[in-house]
Amino acid sequence: MNVRSQVAMVFHLDKCIGCHTCSIACKNIWTDRPGTEYMWWNNVETKPGTGFPTQWEDQEKYSGGWEVRDGKLQLKSTSKEKTVFNIFHNPHMPTMDDYYEPWTYDYQHLFDAPEGPDQPTARPISMVTGELIQIQAGPNWDDDLGGSPVYAQNDPNLKGLTPDQQQQLFAVERLVFFYFPRICNHCLNPACVAACPSGALYKRGEDGIVLVDQNRCRGWRACVAACPYKKMFYNWNTGKSEKCILCFPRLETGQAPACFHSCVGRIRYLGNVLYDASRIEEVAKLPDEQLVEGHRSLILDPHDPEVIYEARKNGIHDSVIETAQRSPVYQFVKVWKIALPPHIEYRTMPMLFYVPPMAPVMANRDAGAVNGVSGDLFHDIEQSRVPMKFLANLFGAGHEAKVRYALRKQKAVRWYRRALTVGDVEMSVAERMLREADSSPEEAEAIYRLTSLCTFEDRFVIPPMHREEAIQMLEDPLAHKQSVGFGFTTGPRRGM
Amino acid sequence: MKPNGNGNGVLPWIKDEARPQLRSWEQFYRNRWQHDKIIRSTHGVNCTGGCTWQIYVKDGIVTWEMQGLDYPSLEAGLPPYEPRGCQRGISYSWYLYSPLRVRYPYMRGALLDLWKDARSRHEDPVEAWASLVGNPEARGRWQKARGKGGFRRADWDTAVELIAAANIHTIKKYGPDRIAGFSPIPAMSMISYAAGARMLELMGGVALSFYDWYCDLPPASPEVWGEQTDVAESADWYNAKLLAVMGSNLNMTRTPDCHFAAEARHNGSKMWVFAPDFNQVAKYADEWIPINAGQDCAWWMAVNHVLLKEFHHENPTPYFLDYTKRFTDAPFLVELRQQDGKWRAGQLLRANRLAAYQGVENGDWQFLMWDAGDGKPKMPQGTVGFRWAKQKGKWNLQLKDGQDGSDIDPVLSFLGGETVEVELDDFGEGRTLTRGVPVTRIQTADGGAVTVATVYDLLMAQYGVPRGLSGAYPTDYDDEGLPYTPAWAEKYTGMGRETLIRFAREWGNTARHTRGKCSIIIGAGVNHWYHNNLMYRAGIHALMFCGCVGVNGGGLNHYVGQEKLAPMEPWSAIAFARDWMPAVRLQNAPSWHYMHTDQWRYERSFRDYHAMPRDGAGGGEGLDIAHGHTADVQVEAVRNGWLPFYPQFDRNPLDVVREARACGQDPVKVAVEQLKERTLKFSVEDPDAPENWPRVWYIWRGNALMSSAKGHEFFLKHYLGTHTNAIAEDLAGGSVREVAWHEQAPQGKMDLVVDLNFRMDTSALYSDIVLPAATWYEKADLNSTDMHSFIHPLSAAVPPCWESKSDWQIFRTISKKFSELAGRHFPDAVEDLVASPLAHDSPAEIAQPAMRSWMRGEVEAIPGQTMPNLKVVTRDYKNLYNEFISFGPLVRANGLGAHGTSYAIEDLYDETLRARPVVSWGGQQYPSLFEDQQVCDTILHFATVTNGELAYRSYQNMQEKVGLPLTHLAERNRGVRLSYKDLQAYPHRLLNSPMWSGLSENGRAYAAFTYNKECLVPWRTLTGRQHFYLDHPGYLQFGEHLPAYKPKPSPVEYADLRLSKADGPSLMLNYLTPHGKWHIHSTYGDNQRMTTLSRGVEPFWINDRDAAEIGIEDNDWVEVHNDNGVVVTRAAVSARIPRGISIQYHSPERTYSVPKSPLRNYRRAGGHNSLTRVRLKPNLMVGGYGQFTFHFNYWGPTGCNRDTHILVRKLPDLRW
Repeated sequence: MNVRSQVAMVFHLDKCIGCHTCSIACKNIWTDRPGTEYMWWNNVETKPGTGFPTQWEDQEKYSGGWEVRDGKLQLKSTSKEKTVFNIFHNPHMPTMDDYYEPWTYDYQHLFDAPEGPDQPTARPISMVTGELIQIQAGPNWDDDLGGSPVYAQNDPNLKGLTPDQQQQLFAVERLVFFYFPRICNHCLNPACVAACPSGALYKRGEDGIVLVDQNRCRGWRACVAACPYKKMFYNWNTGKSEKCILCFPRLETGQAPACFHSCVGRIRYLGNVLYDASRIEEVAKLPDEQLVEGHRSLILDPHDPEVIYEARKNGIHDSVIETAQRSPVYQFVKVWKIALPPHIEYRTMPMLFYVPPMAPVMANRDAGAVNGVSGDLFHDIEQSRVPMKFLANLFGAGHEAKVRYALRKQKAVRWYRRALTVGDVEMSVAERMLREADSSPEEAEAIYRLTSLCTFEDRFVIPPMHREEAIQMLEDPLAHKQSVGFGFTTGPRRGM
Repeated sequence: MKPNGNGNGVLPWIKDEARPQLRSWEQFYRNRWQHDKIIRSTHGVNCTGGCTWQIYVKDGIVTWEMQGLDYPSLEAGLPPYEPRGCQRGISYSWYLYSPLRVRYPYMRGALLDLWKDARSRHEDPVEAWASLVGNPEARGRWQKARGKGGFRRADWDTAVELIAAANIHTIKKYGPDRIAGFSPIPAMSMISYAAGARMLELMGGVALSFYDWYCDLPPASPEVWGEQTDVAESADWYNAKLLAVMGSNLNMTRTPDCHFAAEARHNGSKMWVFAPDFNQVAKYADEWIPINAGQDCAWWMAVNHVLLKEFHHENPTPYFLDYTKRFTDAPFLVELRQQDGKWRAGQLLRANRLAAYQGVENGDWQFLMWDAGDGKPKMPQGTVGFRWAKQKGKWNLQLKDGQDGSDIDPVLSFLGGETVEVELDDFGEGRTLTRGVPVTRIQTADGGAVTVATVYDLLMAQYGVPRGLSGAYPTDYDDEGLPYTPAWAEKYTGMGRETLIRFAREWGNTARHTRGKCSIIIGAGVNHWYHNNLMYRAGIHALMFCGCVGVNGGGLNHYVGQEKLAPMEPWSAIAFARDWMPAVRLQNAPSWHYMHTDQWRYERSFRDYHAMPRDGAGGGEGLDIAHGHTADVQVEAVRNGWLPFYPQFDRNPLDVVREARACGQDPVKVAVEQLKERTLKFSVEDPDAPENWPRVWYIWRGNALMSSAKGHEFFLKHYLGTHTNAIAEDLAGGSVREVAWHEQAPQGKMDLVVDLNFRMDTSALYSDIVLPAATWYEKADLNSTDMHSFIHPLSAAVPPCWESKSDWQIFRTISKKFSELAGRHFPDAVEDLVASPLAHDSPAEIAQPAMRSWMRGEVEAIPGQTMPNLKVVTRDYKNLYNEFISFGPLVRANGLGAHGTSYAIEDLYDETLRARPVVSWGGQQYPSLFEDQQVCDTILHFATVTNGELAYRSYQNMQEKVGLPLTHLAERNRGVRLSYKDLQAYPHRLLNSPMWSGLSENGRAYAAFTYNKECLVPWRTLTGRQHFYLDHPGYLQFGEHLPAYKPKPSPVEYADLRLSKADGPSLMLNYLTPHGKWHIHSTYGDNQRMTTLSRGVEPFWINDRDAAEIGIEDNDWVEVHNDNGVVVTRAAVSARIPRGISIQYHSPERTYSVPKSPLRNYRRAGGHNSLTRVRLKPNLMVGGYGQFTFHFNYWGPTGCNRDTHILVRKLPDLRW
């Protein structure tokens, strides 16, 4: 056992509003500079849809992530040797067309236009070239099913749905969408790090945050190709790769990352978990259908004396063990099992988990009139407008059982609370539903509270970073106190 | 390098801090995060979010904003409010230093040149202005240049001098009521709103309303409750166990609070979402009801049918019946009258018709219930008659007879006795039906007898609940032929009857189990239709039938542009200069724009598109407002004092007084005589005559020329006199009787348009002068909302950038210049005659028991009773600036109040003079209103919601009127006094106040009308109860006395597509403009963040099959047009939009990414309002009658726009 601490995350998709406040919180702070305009470390996608960059989930196109080859875990696109070979031309690399060409407008024209025969208007101009452009794509182009015949119908996750089911998804009977916010998963088995020929990428020992060293990065962009989630971006101005840093300067000062802080849907949870680093490779090689369970098994019980002993042995601070014990992520992922990793079949062992969304009941159309198919107060999860298979493709490596489990439990919690707060449902019925969903009134109460009543402090249990100890390795913290901020700072420079 | 690449099975990329210098580069990101200061502010206009924000400052530059999290928590069991603040709000900091920022004053070049020239010839700026506007060529020169570039940077002195001169000239030549100002929704930055309104009201100018103009006012709210709007704060959604969300896209428009609805579901609440498109909030629905657009009324009418049948008639639910008796007008008696041999429901029977109550005070305004105990009619307390009676203390909802104090056990139904066949309107089929209604006969004092029915029995008949009575009652739910069965509703809603019945049963059951915890969340998606009042009313009935109003977790929660300026009393005194002026000019904008932009000229009689009862139905004596042209009803509304209209008269009101004084006569008397003789006329009777035009228009905090300008192209044509893309024809010539018809409509009525702005929006682009306004991160102000129960500040994170100033500073600056120039032009105080309509919450609520016209000699012309109030007001223009900066003496003398409340402040006023900043002039001292922050503190100090002692006094005053104990509601908070600095520390919760209808002590979520229900304080309506029945004679004429379904105006009759023809493959679609995701109205939508996350334009959403039919693919440019104008944008093709409708989210700007229109000779295309034209619903114009009495933003017709139809085609040729 090699116990380590990782800051992990849960996004509760049932609550997601799709507002993109998270995206802008991030952009304002981190990616508003030349070279980063097109980057959205945090973005929000509409599902079904093709996302950003377009069809990033299509690994036949991008070849990101890992695969098991000859019993070994290998980067899908390439071996290390191939990376070097493909440095100057990587066929799997997303191009500007796959992202979008960032633009602004010639706003100044509104002030400067000379008097003329017609009204001036500010035309779009490229932020890359400064030239007038025709806008053909954006980071959120298919938001809310915009262009659904082009985008939603080409969602890679529709794989495995019958053509009939696929068709229905765009008819009144089954029409639906939900939102899928994404940041870097700060994976336990990060393909980006493995792919870097310069050794610029690393995973921080104390919290598992994956970073690109802006001094060491040489702009090979192997990480961009290797990350199956396409959360690695190339800064065309500095010539370095950049990615979500999980707002470590905020975390280090006990503040939630900006996108978490700003989440008005209150869908985000963050806390550290203790995991067994020695079993990552073993788990990452499991067959698809065992991956979710295997991944979950990496997370250790922070109350287990043996785990605590091993954690201490690895230098994990008592205070960090305590936050792990209070971690909301641990509850959602390990205890309740209702949060699932995205595309675990990419085998990067993401440390961001999603609670799958509920959806309205299906309908039927009879002689022009539309009726919901359910006679129940809360319809059965099999009658949901989102096909189980679709969710399974996202959160179960194509296998439905784990998704069904998570949805059934959520639904049972609702029945239980209904029985408690209204009384038009018999409590015995609600309790039966809980049992059938592998739950109990106590657990239902706990799920309800963390889902609905959660405060900021409930959602974000941030492990203390003990910066004094980190700084002490370089200089006396007292000296740091006295001198920090003085001196000149420079950003990373372009070039090898 | 990778210290963990060890034999322990650990993959090799974990980097411990073994060699920390290798990680010292991490400072790169830490440096970015570091900042110098955090200041609390918020976003100050037109967003009801009211979110508290932390503004980050680094190097003296605002770098970003993050949400504040420190809202005090509510009671246990409710989720907290944090964080609040959406994608739009968090993008605001972009504006501060963006190329769209207005940094300096700008002036239209053509005007600046002319002005400089005129000033070189005239030493006096007023004469210089007169020389320009008196010269049609010069005036036309800058008018025609409006919106077409040519801005020149100007300096403040030049701009302000021109503006002040234009004001003085206009006052002298035409009168102050030709100067108008528009600024929306003050609650979000109330000081900034107050700045302009205060200056205008001191001047005698006109403040224009917004809530009704935006069509955000739900007229059903005053109709039913006598209340503008009052709703639950968002936390109370969590208490609801059934949420019906319709026409309100919570994700988009209530973004920061949407979580309460999402979270309620996990607490066992059921959520139904009604929307024609699969909208964003539908993702949360248990059931999405893809109801046909604009057919919500049909749905609710049938739901009510089921509720009444199953939960009232067949299985009476005790709670529902008890509630209906106590808190609604259901038990009141309605007189049935025979017309043309048919019985129809008439007005409520007045108590003074009976011998027992013949002599009671306000007997025309006392109503009757049938007491089961004594078996006779009784006159309950709590009616409007008791509200305005001399003897106080009986205006309450105790079920007691107001005369003898005996108990009343009201009878809801006379079922089992005699019945008569009553004629009812079936507008859907355009016919009448007769249905048996139980009645009883009552002896009247004159020896006759009247036939009466209860409101309840009439409702049962109207909803078609079969109770074994004769007439055209449906047989069962499957009866498709008769209203209002579930089967009947199918053909309108497109929704199956099974689903509807299931919904109704869940509704009834949930309400029964929870005693009323069913909530409707509703908004613009419903409220913007022409017949919105009927749609809302039908939904409200479902709430009332099941006891859901005045209950936490229940009620009608209308969220669109709703206004809750919490510290209303002192704010309205300051904003409308009531501390100096005894009368003000407040104009309902729908009437004003409808008449002045000449949109009335483009339609014929409203009967072309408005389903009405058969001729002769509803009749009665007095005015017939059910025929003719809307503009004619508007004229009657002004003459009778129902609605305001400015300018008032075809003469300068200063002259009217001066001339009367010169003859030694009372100006009011003279004016009345002249009006009767028609030597003085109301301006509204001839809006196109130059003497009746508005002349100077201020726009601040809003986008009056685009975003809110229904009929935008007509604004351009008739107000501005610049280019227009409207091709509609004048049609009204043969239809109007009361309005003077000019063959040629004037173009360019406005002499001067001044815009205060931080960004170059469409209104700024089309204005003559653009003044740089401070942003919301650069000034002190106050913010409140009804989405939550907190109040918080705007603060200056940085000073107003470049040459900008806060709105308060700008109007103060203009006022100063105005007063300087007034020294020469108005050396003495002048007298102004102010006409104002009959006012809600005043005895004018009982002014007009019938619609009788003094013009026609049916009644005496009595100001304030049968016609507008007329009041002489003295204006000392050279001291206008001094008044502006001083909290005036009238508040000290009169106290403060709002919504019918009142309290004294004399002692606090005097204390303020001792303890706070003062200004001195004219030998007097006044509390200072010089600085923005002083205004904030004055408001907080004198408001009941922020000063507990004043709340206590206000309850004390109300307690005397009501006759029941109320002061306990303020006892706990009596010592609270909030200041601006307190709010900067953290948001504070508002205190209970009798001005508002909800209760919120101890962290209880605020829900509307809990005060009324729990403390038995009447609603401010005729009966004091919630009204099912609206017996105003005008409503009887329109067939809206009872709830009813009226069909949508059809495209042909609505006349948007008379001249527009399909050119190439085209489709006609209903054009909907709901609130969107990437903007709050037009703000934010033009910033780089929001344009990037949308598609760089405000796209035109169209169904995929509709699009395919006319060859449109996603992101193609499309040309969308009708007679009103044209829009060119890109298509967003999506299956989530149903066929037959299109959506362009409110509200795009013309300022970015708008190409030219081939159909309009390659002129620049417009914005969404280029396709709209406003129609006003005439029955919403009545007044002087209970809850049908004018109040600013409260009552009057609304600017509906949903019934618009357009033609769309692929743009054949893209040109910029």
